[in-house]
Amino acid sequence: MDINKTLRHGLAKPVLHLLALLPAFWLGWLVLSNDLGANPIERVNRFTGDWALYMLLIALAVTPAKLLSGWKSLPRFRRMLGLYSFFYASLHLTSYLVLDHQLHWGRIIEDITKRPYIMVGLACVIILTMLAVTSPKAAIRKLGAKAWQKLHKLVYAAGCLGVIHYYLLVKADIRQPLLMAGILLLLFGIRFWHHRRAASSPPKKTSVDRPGHAV
Amino acid sequence: MLLKEKKTWALPYSAVTPKADYLNRRDILKAMGMAAAAGTGLAMGFRPSGARAAGKALEYRKTGYSVDEPLTDRELATQYNNFYEFTTSKEAVVAEARDFNTSPWTVKVSGLADKTGTYDLADLIDYNALEERIYRFRCVETWSMIVPWIGVPLADVVKKLGPQPGAKYVRFQTLVDEEQMPGLNRINIPWPYQEGLRMDEAMNALPLLTVGMYGEILPNQNGAPIRLIVPWKYGFKSIKSIVGLHFTDQEPKTTWNILAPNEYGFYANVNPDVSHPRWSQSSERRLGAGLFDGREDTLFMNGYADEVVSLYDGMDLKKHY
Repeated sequence: MDINKTLRHGLAKPVLHLLALLPAFWLGWLVLSNDLGANPIERVNRFTGDWALYMLLIALAVTPAKLLSGWKSLPRFRRMLGLYSFFYASLHLTSYLVLDHQLHWGRIIEDITKRPYIMVGLACVIILTMLAVTSPKAAIRKLGAKAWQKLHKLVYAAGCLGVIHYYLLVKADIRQPLLMAGILLLLFGIRFWHHRRAASSPPKKTSVDRPGHAV
Repeated sequence: MLLKEKKTWALPYSAVTPKADYLNRRDILKAMGMAAAAGTGLAMGFRPSGARAAGKALEYRKTGYSVDEPLTDRELATQYNNFYEFTTSKEAVVAEARDFNTSPWTVKVSGLADKTGTYDLADLIDYNALEERIYRFRCVETWSMIVPWIGVPLADVVKKLGPQPGAKYVRFQTLVDEEQMPGLNRINIPWPYQEGLRMDEAMNALPLLTVGMYGEILPNQNGAPIRLIVPWKYGFKSIKSIVGLHFTDQEPKTTWNILAPNEYGFYANVNPDVSHPRWSQSSERRLGAGLFDGREDTLFMNGYADEVVSLYDGMDLKKHY
């Protein structure tokens, strides 16, 4: 099919890299042009957190999109998208630690221990870090496919934690976090529905989380 | 007696006092024309606009209330607002509130006071007695600013209204107007927004009934045409676009306290030692600070402890947050 051919084209990944980096370029531009508004640190915190979550949801949408569309080559982008989520989450954590708290560890530790949304966010970043560190092919060989697959199932937990983190931090207008939660549930629903269908017709082989493709 | 009914000959105060009009005869004539139109137009349900436009210069006297730090840029203080009746996006309030019509404006005074009734704004606030006070403003979201507000002491207005001995609290309410406030239906908050002060807090010298900032009439997004400023409390106590004052013997329900009682108390005094479940309150980000400027330490009672701490003698401030 043509779509799959396009997806396997040598330029597909470079183009996607460029797209995934656009928000970072945009943020860099805002910093350089001093256009971050009245509360620049808050803006950077929000911006990087938003994109970490968007990228995570996009990465989690790859498999459901493949299941629905039949575009078998889609999963080749999954790891990359997951790594971009990690990339923005790292910027988010850096912004929080360095810009917002200027590495004032007393304040940071107080924040982590007293505020559930910080705890949840930190747990999410820790998971994303573990997945990023074990994302090279060499790590799959070292861990063994089965253990690796088990570990990388944690991406679902990361998705949930990311949305919970967002939900806990907004004051009263919960529409945006609820939208994210809705998208996450929808993605899980598509997988669940597909697994049940696959289970009722056993001969068809569909390995959803094949090593090397997952985040 | 100060009643709602507007005499057709009465000019809105904006036609009389603002400096711009005072300086420009042509504008004054225009304003008079508008006032006349307003007088006749009101009877037909027509809403005059522009008669009390935000941004017009005010006449006021300077006071000793000041802060030993530079003012926050006007641009920042007027483009970064929490005003959920319009939108929950702080950057978007200015656009959503652009056409907010605040003229005419009346304030209903009710409850345990001698002079209850509905007042025209100009009858409640003595525009000849306006004063400027530079105060720190500290939002519970941990951002802060330093703003020159213009208004009259709340205590003066309260005294004028003759509160009865039974009045222990005063409750304030914000306008609810679905036609003008697009945010009302987007979010699940029991409108109207309401806030309150204990009577002795209201009679303290600091709270300012505010009608202007930076030398000019209050911009819509900052709570035009009349708001409260209580500098030693978190910003959400400084209620905007006030249409109601109610004297009562009961502690009034306050909006954020209703929404999340474990986070927002009735008192809401700025206190770096009482941490909030969502934000550490020990430090703050000053609006206008650069990306690498970090935070500043938050002051007890926002730096106004000398003036207000005696109000809370014997109270456990960790319990009454």
